[in-house]
Amino acid sequence: MSRHETFSAARTRDIVSAHLDLEGPLLPILHAVQEAFGFVPEAAVPVIAEELNLSRAEVHGVVTFYHDFHRAPQGRHVLKLCQAEACQSLGCRELTAQAERALGVGIGETSPDGRVTLEAIYCLGLCATGPAAMIDGRLVGRLTPAKIDGLCAEVDR
Amino acid sequence: MSAAIRVFVPSDAAARACGADEVAIALRAEAQRIGVDIDLVRNGSRGMLWLEPLVEVESAGVRYGFGPVEASDVPGLVAAGLFTAPASVSGPLAIGPVAEHPFLAAQQRLTFARCGVTDPLSLDDYIAYGGYKGLQRALALGPLGIVEEVTKSGLRGRGGAGFPTGIKWKTVHDTPGAQKYIVCNADEGDSGTFADRMIMEGDPFQLIEGMTIAGIAVGATRGYIYCRSEYPDAIATMRAAIVTARRAGFLGARVYGTDHAFELEIREGAGAYVCGEETSLLESLEGKRGLVRAKPPLPAHKGLFGRPTVINNVLSLTAVPHILADGAAFYADYGMGRSRGTMPVQLAGNIRYGGLFEIAFGITLGELVEKIGGGTASGRPVKAVQVGGPLGAYFPPALFDTPFDYESFAKRDGLIGHGGIVVFDDTADMALQARFAFEFCAIESCGKCTPCRIGSTRGKETVEKIIAGEDVDRNLEVIADLSNTMKFGSLCALGGFTPYPVTSAIAHFPDDFRRSARLPAAAE
Repeated sequence: MSRHETFSAARTRDIVSAHLDLEGPLLPILHAVQEAFGFVPEAAVPVIAEELNLSRAEVHGVVTFYHDFHRAPQGRHVLKLCQAEACQSLGCRELTAQAERALGVGIGETSPDGRVTLEAIYCLGLCATGPAAMIDGRLVGRLTPAKIDGLCAEVDR
Repeated sequence: MSAAIRVFVPSDAAARACGADEVAIALRAEAQRIGVDIDLVRNGSRGMLWLEPLVEVESAGVRYGFGPVEASDVPGLVAAGLFTAPASVSGPLAIGPVAEHPFLAAQQRLTFARCGVTDPLSLDDYIAYGGYKGLQRALALGPLGIVEEVTKSGLRGRGGAGFPTGIKWKTVHDTPGAQKYIVCNADEGDSGTFADRMIMEGDPFQLIEGMTIAGIAVGATRGYIYCRSEYPDAIATMRAAIVTARRAGFLGARVYGTDHAFELEIREGAGAYVCGEETSLLESLEGKRGLVRAKPPLPAHKGLFGRPTVINNVLSLTAVPHILADGAAFYADYGMGRSRGTMPVQLAGNIRYGGLFEIAFGITLGELVEKIGGGTASGRPVKAVQVGGPLGAYFPPALFDTPFDYESFAKRDGLIGHGGIVVFDDTADMALQARFAFEFCAIESCGKCTPCRIGSTRGKETVEKIIAGEDVDRNLEVIADLSNTMKFGSLCALGGFTPYPVTSAIAHFPDDFRRSARLPAAAE
């Protein structure tokens, strides 16, 4: 069962109206929409645009600019592996290849069964306790090949 | 009855990523099992990150440290007397009195003085350890007095650009406007940096106080902290601290019972590195694509929503309460040349003693890497260190005599940036690092200017040709030319500084770019 709601225009409107007292509310709205539906559905764009009196192109432009906003549902588990320099110095390239092999997906891909999405992330600020990862929002530091195996097994459950 | 024994387990994200939550649970369970009353405080991190999770137990006013502790170590430590006689517990995890640890004793902690010592969300702790003294003095000095004090302290922007903070504040103070803003840049995207995250998680009221003082100085009544989404813990801590500060009257319509109003809100980024560039950040706060703006106009004149805006880094703003509390002269006494005060240096990557080391400007790079940091974690020789994030130059050990200050690094074609140092051992391939510099720029470019948008992709392709051994000399010339175009033709530091890691890697490690020419088989 998904922990996310099914898209509805009414729910989207509610989310927008809950943020209307903010200055520059579009990013907080998109975060909230993604929190509710798991991604930013194409159908949400015209609703948000109309409520904020923006063009659809403007909203679309913002959704596509930021790496955080997804335009399709993600896997049930999301494993983000840091690919930035501090983690590179500790062998994150090899660990990433190991995870890709174990999960059968590449960075930026979701498995066909919707089980897992593997993502690159550029720095979690855990640069003295790397290599670092985030699995379903939880931080993991000092990654080793054994810990990668553990994370991949967690995704399998 | 004796009072509860105070036990500290950091709630810092780095400690949590290494199992601090599980350690806290195990400590509570053991205490309950043996019937000892403990008061478990989730403090910030002391910054000795190789020791995280670092458990501290207080006995007769001294805090004894143990680290790195895993949950499975807890029963043994408790059986050895962790709670009842921490001073006498020996073994590889015992580090003795934490405050006397050489890594901490060698520092000059001003901004990070409280971090790791106090409960981050306790306003009482904050005030007991000198918090809000800066605001009191600021209120007595008045706006121009504050600006003068910050100017005299010599504080320069800690985000990397090093622009004098006092001059920025004076400009906003002098610019008329019905609404002005204080914006805190907490979009700490540079790999190898985590000082902003640590201070927001470990001493959030200090940032609130710094922003409040800035607001009073320039006449701004609203503030925003723009924090990257990769820092969920920092966002949660800041949010909770803002609520507490507002309830206690330190934020709101009448700050500290005065006529000054200051409202503060935290906003979450959405995974765009370029939003650490100040004008891109302002666009993002306004709810737009994070496209870099051309300057002028300066944000000080036309910033957020076109209004006069102070935009400062977390470390600049958190230095302010101290400068006001102890005076500009006290702060300016630290440092060298035009780099005054202290810098929270972050030792990261393949380093034995990684962590946060706050010290006056002027210490050499070699002292930081070899003496303080203990060389590599892998035990192999240091090959290169990248200073200042993905846009910073790679330095070989031959340049380890470079003093850590803005001008000395600039003289050697580098930058200190946000103070992050990432160490690489001799297994690093600098051609791959140069390729990554271009690749990262291509991923993160906002796309507004051509040198950055196109140059990054062409640069990556050209380094790939070099790695494959294709026409190496000619392609190195192409890189040199392209780097020049990006450096002088880009709109902001993303495109403008990407050449630093590339050209430094080529200059200091030329062999890595000719590997395949020497060994044709390696190109396969």
